[in-house]
Amino acid sequence: MYFNIFGEKVSRVRYKEMISAQKNRRELIAARLSRRELIRMGLVTSAGYLIVKPGLSARAETGIPTGQPASLQQCPTSFRPFKDPLPISPVKQPLAALHPAPTVLPNPEAGEARVIPHQAFNTFPPVKFYEVHQTPAAVRIHSDLCVQNLWGFDGIVPGPTYVARYGEPILVRNFNDLPGVNGGFGLNSVTTHLHNGHTPSESDGNPCDFFEAGHFYDQHYPNVLAGVLSTHQAQGGDINESLSTLWYHDHRVDHTAQNVYKGLYGYYLLFNEKDNGDETDPRGFRLPSFPEFDIRLDFADKVLDEDGQIFFDLFNLDGILGDTFLVNGKVQPFLKVKPRRYRFRWLDVGPSRFYELFFTDLDNLNRQIPFWHIANDGNLLPRPVQVTSARLGPAERHDIIIDFSPFKNKTIYLENRLMQSSGIGPDKSPNIAAAGHGNLLLKIIVDNQPVPDNSADPATMTFYNLPDRTETPRIQRTFAFKRFNGMWTINDQFMSCDERRFHVKKNSVEHWVLMNLSGDWEHPVHIHLEEHQILSRQLQQVSAVEVGRKDVSRLQRNEHVRLFFRFRDFTGKYPLHCHNTVHEDHAMMLLWEVNEDGDGKLVP
Amino acid sequence: MEEMTRRRLLALPVSIPLSLGIPAGTLRPEANNRTTDSESEKQAQRARERVRRRYFPDVILTTHEGKSARFYEDLIKDKSVVLNMMYADCEGVCPGITANLVRVQTLLGDRVGRDIFFYSLTLKPERDDSTALKHYAEIHKVGPGWLFLTGKLADVELLRRKLGFTNPDPKLDADTSEHIGNIRFGNEPRTQWAACPGLAKPTWIVEELSWVMRPPANRSRA
Repeated sequence: MYFNIFGEKVSRVRYKEMISAQKNRRELIAARLSRRELIRMGLVTSAGYLIVKPGLSARAETGIPTGQPASLQQCPTSFRPFKDPLPISPVKQPLAALHPAPTVLPNPEAGEARVIPHQAFNTFPPVKFYEVHQTPAAVRIHSDLCVQNLWGFDGIVPGPTYVARYGEPILVRNFNDLPGVNGGFGLNSVTTHLHNGHTPSESDGNPCDFFEAGHFYDQHYPNVLAGVLSTHQAQGGDINESLSTLWYHDHRVDHTAQNVYKGLYGYYLLFNEKDNGDETDPRGFRLPSFPEFDIRLDFADKVLDEDGQIFFDLFNLDGILGDTFLVNGKVQPFLKVKPRRYRFRWLDVGPSRFYELFFTDLDNLNRQIPFWHIANDGNLLPRPVQVTSARLGPAERHDIIIDFSPFKNKTIYLENRLMQSSGIGPDKSPNIAAAGHGNLLLKIIVDNQPVPDNSADPATMTFYNLPDRTETPRIQRTFAFKRFNGMWTINDQFMSCDERRFHVKKNSVEHWVLMNLSGDWEHPVHIHLEEHQILSRQLQQVSAVEVGRKDVSRLQRNEHVRLFFRFRDFTGKYPLHCHNTVHEDHAMMLLWEVNEDGDGKLVP
Repeated sequence: MEEMTRRRLLALPVSIPLSLGIPAGTLRPEANNRTTDSESEKQAQRARERVRRRYFPDVILTTHEGKSARFYEDLIKDKSVVLNMMYADCEGVCPGITANLVRVQTLLGDRVGRDIFFYSLTLKPERDDSTALKHYAEIHKVGPGWLFLTGKLADVELLRRKLGFTNPDPKLDADTSEHIGNIRFGNEPRTQWAACPGLAKPTWIVEELSWVMRPPANRSRA
């Protein structure tokens, strides 16, 4: 018997077709055919990418052709890559005031679903007020495809970008206006997490603080540096704990993967006097100016069904991979740039794909194109690190600087060369495809005209010092990530909103050891409230780009990592979880709590 | 068979109830799910049809009571359901999961069989005939509204794959004792589906079921 990826029985002929599709692509890679030859064979467009035709590039990882079942809508399923411009989500604008005015205590009479008072509202009173509505979003992910019925903040995908500043606390009134009719996936019960925010628990978007359609939830973001109420009160927090690239996304317990896949996410940028978005200001780091030369690029891979509609594989509990690659919500768009330095803010939206990102010159595949890795998980590194590629797991962010001046009048591509065939994680090595044979994500067209570039040379830049990590921890805790008859566990237990598995003492230092005992599976583990530093990886050196502050650590095959934490300023419950959202939704998560006493649970 | 069903649907568009097809006795959708917008209804019906075609082949199964049942038409359509896979002589996770689900059934009370249905599908249909399954249901003191199902090997294997009770490692996938211990549950007319470990705490499973099966309530916890 022969089966395709959906478990459908297929004929022997069909199965052979699938296998040969897979082989086709491998042969193309093996043969390292030149672009010209490929064009001549009709296998790539002049844009240089594999043409989407059933049996070839469609769902190449598994060799499964699309377009088999009959269409319900008569919508096209194929598209021309690099036809649409890269969209950039708008900057969210504040309102003069909210009605009714926000209050420390929840306001259920007005329809607020929050049940916990704000703990830091009076300490850091909000000075800017926003109102956002989660609504249906009719969007086109490609101009050749039909409209998709997704969900988005303010009805767009990705949602609007918050541009926040340290020292300016804000309040976001977050409305759930989502319908009960879900179009096949998604639950209209939500909670919005500000990912990597140093946020009081009740505004963090905890998975268990979800709220229903017709209600709102006031989220107070103090935009303060860690240490502000503890170790660095006099300085207003530790500047070395500055954050820059955050994102917000739905975090509904059990339903995060569906809801984020459906579009409920966006960026949140945080500037300060050093990282200030102005390359001409000598008091700052002189990073490429926002927004013109500071561009956010989020990556999401999707499965399209027989109508070219985004489809969520409901009963896949291992990891969902798509064969259609979106940047900022568009399939394989293009971006026109000037021949100068740019800052890109990369984000892997997930649910389950890992990337190894390179810049590729299709006319010269041997050309190595270096760039500067400046921030990991949105946190500036002590200094930029020059690299030719960067690994990005679900929910991780990397900020990079690339200089396009050597590429005047040329076209280069942003390419994912990491091969991944299942939710397990990246394929076993060697898993890096040859240049030009991975997934081309974004076409970058470099203008000929020179323009001023006042940004500093990354080779000469230094950013923040690494916060001290020599203090003896109050406790070292151990967490084992396992798979047991397909069920995901942490320390042999499942997620529940009814339990706090351990208590952290406020303003204390802890070491956490994360152990991957699930064999070949890889887990990008995310911890809320505070960032961590990776003290050690059991199987390899901590790479230069990971010597920084992280909020997601990739727990690679059979690996143990040891993390340094300093928990400060706020109390309440926070989660620890795998950010492969398909694992997260199926119990690979736990809640812990910061309180005044802490506990001594070593294996919570 | 899928093509036939689709043709029947296309031929009888008026027979598709426009109010999401919830018959009396099943859970009622919350007010904001009732929409008069016909485009929204069309979308909802298309979504249902897509999910059906992708996951719910209408194969014929036999219940532990010896009756035959079509998987989609008789067991899934218009219902809220809980699904798992097991086999009668399983000494691994099955007895624990069955015992756990019995506690879930007890907590749900008479709603099981009225507006929520439990289905346990055997992984060893060649061994587990309806008599063996009836015996299994009796030793585990399973209440009404919970059917144990067997069928042709190929049909059961098709369902196993469709419903994702598979392991991406072919060696583990072939080892029945390593079978997937997660349960699936959902509300067919609302196309709300989810899953959780079959060994999670029964009270927690009941809450998880409630999110997809009945009008939810705000549950922000202090």
